[in-house]
Amino acid sequence: MPDLLLELFSEEIPARMQAKAADDLRRMVTDKLVAEGLVYDGAKAFATPRRLALTVHGIPVRQPDLKEERRGPRVGGPEPAIQGFLKATGLSSLSEAKIQNDKKGDFYIALIEKPGRAAIDVLAEILPVIIRTFPWPKSMRWGVRSAKPGSLNWVRPLHAITATFGLETEEPDIVNFSVDGIEAGNTTYGHRFLAPAAFKVRRFEDYEAKLLNAKVVLDAERRKDAILTDAKQLAFAQGFDLVEDQNLLDEVAGLVEWPVVLMGSFDQEFLATPAEVIRATIRNNQKCFVVSDPKSTEKTGKLANKFILVANIEATDGGKTIIGGNERVIRARLSDAKFFYETDLKTRLEDRLPKFERIVFHEKLGTQAERIKRIERLAAELAPTVGADVVKAKRAAHLAKADLLTEVVGEFPEVQGLMGKYYALAQGEDASVAAACEEHYKPQGPADRVPTDPVSVAVALADKLDTLAGFWAIDEKPTGSKDPYALRRAALGVIRLIAENALRLSLSNVAASALAGLSVKPADAQKIPSDLLAFFADRLKVQLREQGARHDLVDAVFALGGQDDLLMIVRRVEALGKFLDTDDGKNLLAGTKRASNILSIEERKDKRTFDGAPDAGLYSLPEEKALAKAIGEVKAEASAAVAKEDFAAAMSAMAKLRPPVDAFFDKVRVNDEDAKVRENRLKLLNEIRSATRAVADFSKIQD
Amino acid sequence: MDASLPAHMRPDRSFQGLLLALQRYWADYGCVILQPYDMEVGAGTFHPGTTLRALGPRPWNAAYVQPSRRPKDGRYGENPNRLQHYYQFQVILKPSPPNLQELYLKSLAAIGIDSALHDIRFVEDDWESPTLGAWGLGWECWCDGMEVSQFTYFQQVAGVECAPVAGELTYGLERLACYLQGVDRIMDLNFNGREGAEKVSYREVFFQAEQEYSRHNFEYADTTMLFEQFKMAEEACKKYLAAGWREADNQRRHLMALPAYDQCIKASHVFNLLDARGVISVTERQSYIFRVRELAKACGEAWVHTEAGGAA
Repeated sequence: MPDLLLELFSEEIPARMQAKAADDLRRMVTDKLVAEGLVYDGAKAFATPRRLALTVHGIPVRQPDLKEERRGPRVGGPEPAIQGFLKATGLSSLSEAKIQNDKKGDFYIALIEKPGRAAIDVLAEILPVIIRTFPWPKSMRWGVRSAKPGSLNWVRPLHAITATFGLETEEPDIVNFSVDGIEAGNTTYGHRFLAPAAFKVRRFEDYEAKLLNAKVVLDAERRKDAILTDAKQLAFAQGFDLVEDQNLLDEVAGLVEWPVVLMGSFDQEFLATPAEVIRATIRNNQKCFVVSDPKSTEKTGKLANKFILVANIEATDGGKTIIGGNERVIRARLSDAKFFYETDLKTRLEDRLPKFERIVFHEKLGTQAERIKRIERLAAELAPTVGADVVKAKRAAHLAKADLLTEVVGEFPEVQGLMGKYYALAQGEDASVAAACEEHYKPQGPADRVPTDPVSVAVALADKLDTLAGFWAIDEKPTGSKDPYALRRAALGVIRLIAENALRLSLSNVAASALAGLSVKPADAQKIPSDLLAFFADRLKVQLREQGARHDLVDAVFALGGQDDLLMIVRRVEALGKFLDTDDGKNLLAGTKRASNILSIEERKDKRTFDGAPDAGLYSLPEEKALAKAIGEVKAEASAAVAKEDFAAAMSAMAKLRPPVDAFFDKVRVNDEDAKVRENRLKLLNEIRSATRAVADFSKIQD
Repeated sequence: MDASLPAHMRPDRSFQGLLLALQRYWADYGCVILQPYDMEVGAGTFHPGTTLRALGPRPWNAAYVQPSRRPKDGRYGENPNRLQHYYQFQVILKPSPPNLQELYLKSLAAIGIDSALHDIRFVEDDWESPTLGAWGLGWECWCDGMEVSQFTYFQQVAGVECAPVAGELTYGLERLACYLQGVDRIMDLNFNGREGAEKVSYREVFFQAEQEYSRHNFEYADTTMLFEQFKMAEEACKKYLAAGWREADNQRRHLMALPAYDQCIKASHVFNLLDARGVISVTERQSYIFRVRELAKACGEAWVHTEAGGAA
């Protein structure tokens, strides 16, 4: 079966968009082919800075023929309806229609045969539509045609389209279409500088080979492999290690069609600047890799005074000029960074704070200075709970944001916190205080490390709780996909800090305290802590779901009410999850649900509830008595275990309910003819429900 | 590079030689070679030869050097690569020709950057000017890891869609010259390409100015007066815009877009000075930018109702 080769040749496509664009192209073309009845064997898409390419192989030559029956008006129906039917179906007269009988009478049926079209014609129809509607994150117009509305939008000017279709054994055909004046053909171009000439291609195999001859490596994965291998080798040859960086590798592979890896140096003296700053400078500004020196001591930083660059050409001087140029730029950049770092060291962190009085954190939440004061107060308040020294926690909160005003962080926002740590250490702060400057931002996401130093924990919690309380107070909660202040991440951070450090605290109280510190006084202030608590519950569910754990159990625990100790909630959910994995757990859950169902039906019937203790004198069957006895014992045992926070023991106690519950449902008829007995039995069922509430609201658990 | 150039005119030896080589190249292409806009601007884009001429249907190819002022970037002449006053070389081609990238690469060749020796790259960099209400897509152009130009396809300017789209090239002349001359500090550039006693360095021309203006921009610029000037320029701009509209034969025309635009640019520069003095808070900053943008948009609207702006 024939294959399709498609190439869209343009000016430089942003590196970050290439992979998704290749994927979109493959998806859009193959989806459309399938929708047109053209089921293909395989497809692969590629991207370089200047081209998107797609090969789809094993496409049928023609679409299958379609036979369709279309039902028309009733025999003897009104003339306009019949004329409409003939027109729509293309029949020349009713004699060509079949008549079919069903319950409602006789109807005309048109048999429409739609012969399948040649795949190449289908392609000629679908490809221009795909090109015109391609989902680039940002696209643009250009040239003379942009004077008129409706001109093509592409990521950057599109110059040529190659589209061929055919069998391996034959000369393939060009798919005939044009988009905005660009005719599809079979001519493409090589590397911009090394082999710019045009050449003709037939199909994917010779296309890829000819590109390689013309100094274009089509496959990004191959470019990455080549870069990584060469970079490692270059570093290794000099006794160094490449500092690997997947994001940077992805990016540089999207900046070259013909990767040439080269190594340059910078002055040893720059190594006095923190390694992270050097790396940020070289990486962000120059898109070069850094290299570590396994022999160097910690003190000078682990980096070597080398960097690795990826050029796009094989230069006629072997790359000497390119290395020299890059070295000059890196020298200038590193001088800037070093200058920033040394300038920063001249000012103590606390001396920067007054500037925060003029920096607005959020219009309704005051300045950064006010926010820092709030975090200080909260951190001091939390310190005893998390086992931190109050003075240190306060000091850390006081200094933690100061590095935002340093030159280095101004230049490289991603080293915020880390620089705070360096500067705090340099000015002789306590190690925990310095660590907190960095760690109070953590955890930044589900994969990030959770701080364990109590000072860091106190400030990290205070920072996040102030943010949450603040944005809740001004009603800027996340909605749908919108969470501009990263409040979900903050809440998850709080959950992880508490759970992973096994902290005991009442979230409602802490939230109330955070709220009280704000200068905004929302009208519904007393509602906010419980609102926030529900948000935490939601986040906890999301986290459990992502870990593949049962998130519905969170609802079952929260439904008990009064639950605001996150650690206990998490523990309870864990114990409950384990219990429900056992047969006892499953059966008890089934029994409890059965009891609840019966109760709710009968409650509705009688328009009353069946609260209150059952009357022991009305028990007539041994199963009733046994159940009542078991409930009494289990209740006591489970409550005692819960009081000791031993949820596993509480669950074991619950397990004892299972046999008597099973036996009860087996032998006892709840709806006895004697109204009193019936009422008593319903009360007993209610007791099952209330006994299980010692650990969770079983009715909220999904089966 | 033109081999017949005398030594003192070579772009790799002379700052003014670089500038003249670019002018020559784009003049040969057919550009109108304009002179700088006689107002203080932050970048070559603000020249009405770019902002306003980018609007409307009429073809327009122009190139010029624009002295640019960025008060905040001043470092009293001490930083090797940051100045509060520097030169940009600006090219605008409307509509953008299909071979704009090739034209640009040839201009690099004309100033001595050989693409067989240097690694030239087009790295994504989308351009947006919130004060001008303008945006475009393009790249920063790298030569051996150094950004030497900005390459933009204008999509919208002064709030008006570009139809057709213009291509804009901006060369950072000092940085380019440092690279070509092989010096590390802008101040060390050879300005006139002569040697010995005849040589004039960039330092001799501009060092004192950098010191004086840094002092002025950061320490002494009279903020009370500047706030007043901002208001005055804003009011003048609005006044001229309002006065310029004419209705004739059912057509709206504008007769004073250019003078109004001058005032918009004046306001923009005054804002930059106030910003450098650190007297504008974060929230205020947004509102000032917004006010300048509103002026720019109104000027763009006026321009497209002038003859050069394409009004029939």
